[in-house]
Amino acid sequence: MSVGEETSPRLQRAALVPLPRADEPTFAGTRLSDVDEWGRSEHMRELVRRMYAPIYKHWFRVEWEGLEKIPRAGGALLVANHAAAIPSDAPVIMHGIEEELGRPLYGLADFFFRTIPWVGTTWSRVGGVPAHPDNALRILRDQGQLALVFPEGTKGPSKTYADRYRLRRFGRGGFVEIAMRAGVPVIPIAVVGAEESMPILMRLPNLAKALGVPYVPVTANMLLFGPLGLALYFPSKFKLRVLDPVTFDVPPGQERYSKSRIMEEAENIRMALQETLYDMLRERRSVWFG
Amino acid sequence: MAQALESDPEVEMILGMGTREPTVPLERAEFVRADQTYSILSRIVRATQVDTIVHTFLVVDSTRVPGRALHEINVIGTMNLLAAAGQSGSPVRQVVVKSSTLVYGSASTDPTWFREEMGRTSPARTRVERSLIEVEGFVRDFAEDNPATVVTVLRFANVLGTDIVTPISTNLSHSLCPQVAGYDPLVQFVEEDDVVRCLEHVTRHRVPGLYNVAGEGRVPWSEVAEICGTRLLPLPPVGTRAFAAPLVRAGLIEFPPELENLLRYGRGVDTSRLARSGFTTRYTSLGAVESFIRAVRLRRSIGKTPPSYTYEQDIEQFFRHSSAVVNTPIDS
Repeated sequence: MSVGEETSPRLQRAALVPLPRADEPTFAGTRLSDVDEWGRSEHMRELVRRMYAPIYKHWFRVEWEGLEKIPRAGGALLVANHAAAIPSDAPVIMHGIEEELGRPLYGLADFFFRTIPWVGTTWSRVGGVPAHPDNALRILRDQGQLALVFPEGTKGPSKTYADRYRLRRFGRGGFVEIAMRAGVPVIPIAVVGAEESMPILMRLPNLAKALGVPYVPVTANMLLFGPLGLALYFPSKFKLRVLDPVTFDVPPGQERYSKSRIMEEAENIRMALQETLYDMLRERRSVWFG
Repeated sequence: MAQALESDPEVEMILGMGTREPTVPLERAEFVRADQTYSILSRIVRATQVDTIVHTFLVVDSTRVPGRALHEINVIGTMNLLAAAGQSGSPVRQVVVKSSTLVYGSASTDPTWFREEMGRTSPARTRVERSLIEVEGFVRDFAEDNPATVVTVLRFANVLGTDIVTPISTNLSHSLCPQVAGYDPLVQFVEEDDVVRCLEHVTRHRVPGLYNVAGEGRVPWSEVAEICGTRLLPLPPVGTRAFAAPLVRAGLIEFPPELENLLRYGRGVDTSRLARSGFTTRYTSLGAVESFIRAVRLRRSIGKTPPSYTYEQDIEQFFRHSSAVVNTPIDS
């Protein structure tokens, strides 16, 4: 601790430690990896894209509709329906957008991911970001990037096969509030095919509680392939349809927005997504061939 | 810090206080030895009429002192300091407190960047974190009660540099460095020169408020270890503490409780508020790591640098006050 008193100069002495001036060099160091502030590594992302490409193309045979509605530059919040015990829709959307549009997409997901060793780190390296409102705001507004969020949260993938394609509650509409604050559009994406890739027959709530995880599913894949079913998806045909971007007529950067307005907008987006899903299912002839 | 202030002719007098004697030569700063809780401070403030107190003595490393002493130093020491600064007719016009980003903790539910107004997302469980939160509470109250005094609180990220010894620096300079298996958190550092520069900046310009201080960017722990040329020793993600305990006892690693969650989830603080006040760090987080490891490499070659200076009360007195000493003004 030092205590000092400031008045007129009394002593004129040379400095023992010359103070660094503003024009002195800065020390940035040399990076050894390309992991960015979000934990994402383009190198890892590239590797995963190359590994995932055959699955995307030949296993799920993904087809997009309306990709041109996603902007080539600037921030936008993509929202989609969420399904399958181990969600197969997130990698499909991330791979699709990055390959087709050539721009990075950050996947916002539950903090729970971070707590799982190895899984959490890998998830972060390939573009996952904890869904904290401040993180979303930085990605969307400050950096003008694309972010993907599943408003249903874990309620989407944890639903049983009997409830397929029935959208769960859209949380508390937090995604609408973030888009409003960031001043970016919300772009809904309807995904058909994920539900059948790993359908849940039943859940084991007691085991989930004991393990401290959101849900423990018993999937059809497990019954057919045993433990291998944890990693092996059924080859359902994936079809994705991008809906019209939703913009909000509110000033960005507000601390708080009207809760009723947020809930109303969230519900409208949910309804539009649900209608589109039913539409797409009406047109679908086969789960496996589309 | 005192050396930095000495070079400023505007500063008339610098008075250092601590439990240990200074290890660097000081031209004009005076030094008073005190007990850990600074009970003598109110007398000193009255006697010397100081106008600025820079409080840099908060303990942020629980391996240095036992828990009881940590409470005495951090909580009681700060209480005495603020009481001295806030006594009636106090000449003190500015109080600067050096705190730590430990107050934010480290948890899975954290944002990637903490801004000053954000609270921590998990309850504080370690002694150091709890005491720092308590201390910052006192400082907030003090600022409220003394609106005329400029109060500055600086939250520094983990410090690395040429001289400072912390559990992290000790780990990184060993050949084995702990890691929680399956986690590779993004960590942030501030170089010790930047710490001094920042304290000096807020003191000189009388900048009030609460600021995060950290080097730019965040670096994965694995990359930090790679730069430092140390091998990572994976500790199991379950029962981490129990597994680490014998290694700590054997002196292989240091693993204080506040390090455990940092090695899982890392921590990042937003320094844009400090930048707006006119201060930027010269070292990035990565630059701090490199500065640190360069000093370690030098020490490995030439051995521990001996203390360049030993404080001798009588000799100091002689140099400062004897009429035999000729004061030669040096042109700058």
